[in-house]
Amino acid sequence: MIHLQAPIKDSDIKQLKVGEKVLISGTIYTARDQAHIRLLKEENYPIPIDGSIIYYVGPTPKKEGFAIGASGPTSSYRMDELAVPLMEDGLKLMIGKGDRSEGFRQAMIKNNAVYLIATGGAGALLSSRIKSSKIVAYEDLGAEAIYELEVDNFPCFVAYDVHGNNIFKDKL
Amino acid sequence: MQEGVGLQMRYIDPSLITKSVKESVIKINYELDQSLVSLIQKAKAKERSTIAGSILDDIIENSEIAKEGNVPLCQDTGLVVVFAEIGFNAHIEGDIYRAINEGVKQGYQEGYLRKSMVNHPFDGVNTKDNTPAMVHIRYVKGDKVTLKIASKGGGSENMSTVKMLTPAAGIEGVKKLVLDTVFQAGGKPCPPIIVGIGLGGNFEKSAIIAKESLLRPLDDSSDDPIIAKLENDLYEEINRLGVGPMGVGGDTTCLAVKINYLPMHIASLPVAINIQCHSARHTEVII
Repeated sequence: MIHLQAPIKDSDIKQLKVGEKVLISGTIYTARDQAHIRLLKEENYPIPIDGSIIYYVGPTPKKEGFAIGASGPTSSYRMDELAVPLMEDGLKLMIGKGDRSEGFRQAMIKNNAVYLIATGGAGALLSSRIKSSKIVAYEDLGAEAIYELEVDNFPCFVAYDVHGNNIFKDKL
Repeated sequence: MQEGVGLQMRYIDPSLITKSVKESVIKINYELDQSLVSLIQKAKAKERSTIAGSILDDIIENSEIAKEGNVPLCQDTGLVVVFAEIGFNAHIEGDIYRAINEGVKQGYQEGYLRKSMVNHPFDGVNTKDNTPAMVHIRYVKGDKVTLKIASKGGGSENMSTVKMLTPAAGIEGVKKLVLDTVFQAGGKPCPPIIVGIGLGGNFEKSAIIAKESLLRPLDDSSDDPIIAKLENDLYEEINRLGVGPMGVGGDTTCLAVKINYLPMHIASLPVAINIQCHSARHTEVII
């Protein structure tokens, strides 16, 4: 088990090996399809991209007294092409679910980034590891807006590492 | 005028339908059916892969946190599907579609559920109340209204398919298509999945009965012995594919296979495969 503190340093990346459990703490950002499309049109990103972690999630509405609503991962493959320019600008970790394209995986390795998965459909469990949330961009997108999350020991598994391993192909 | 009970009508206030839909969508999004949790627990006991077992534990713990902590099971609280069976002797005093959609609107608002419906295939504008529901109406004997209500997530729906096979493809052709579809889907539909299959009918009916098969009790099997055997064989073969929970590999790829079928044209063998994620959220209400 590896503990990681956001933002991520280049030296953190190599130690992440496929299948390993990772617990993330610190500030991470959410983005889904629409937020990615908008980010790529920006001259200046509304969030610090260098060393960042993006979590593919569109939470349920927040109740009074809760940090956030249910917050499990959405399928990552829809963001495959959209993620490449962000990795070129310093995005280091992406958290989602499911296999992605070979093109994405190669670009990820080239940019020294890593793809993690969280347990899909475990939105209640994962929300319990999120301590606070606030919208930082694209509020009009509702659940698809970019949220800044403070997470504490947020549980993931390494799905693709920079050493060329793929959890979906190698089946542990 | 003809005599007899056949003409005795029972009048139903549409507000009862609204109330049932509202209460149902909230309940199913916070509380997983115990029969489903038991199946996942059984699968976990047999699972040999450590990481797969850990994911199954997460899923079980998630159902406890959702229920006790009052958080929806999944952030994708789905699109609402309603199969309404209306008795020949039941008369709904109003617009059933409106009554259902009003229940969806109230339930998704009051239950803090995510509104995931957009107006148009290309403009991305959210309808803001999770309407419209996809409604299928059928007339049946009696004077009751039965509502089968599901909240269906997008991830597993995206991995579903309809294919027109030829009758010569037979059982082997169906098996191959199902196994290929489940294997190709991998971790995307959030396995362990439930596989709903519609055989026969025609192009559109096969898809509707595939969806409806997902609403059957988890422990039943088809009344038809050939279909029941196919359900069982596919369950075994899918679990030998090694996809595993969330696609990470393992013994647990599916929890159940359900097949509904209809008569069909001599030239066609329609096969619809509707995939349901492990968070199978549905219920039934009789009014």
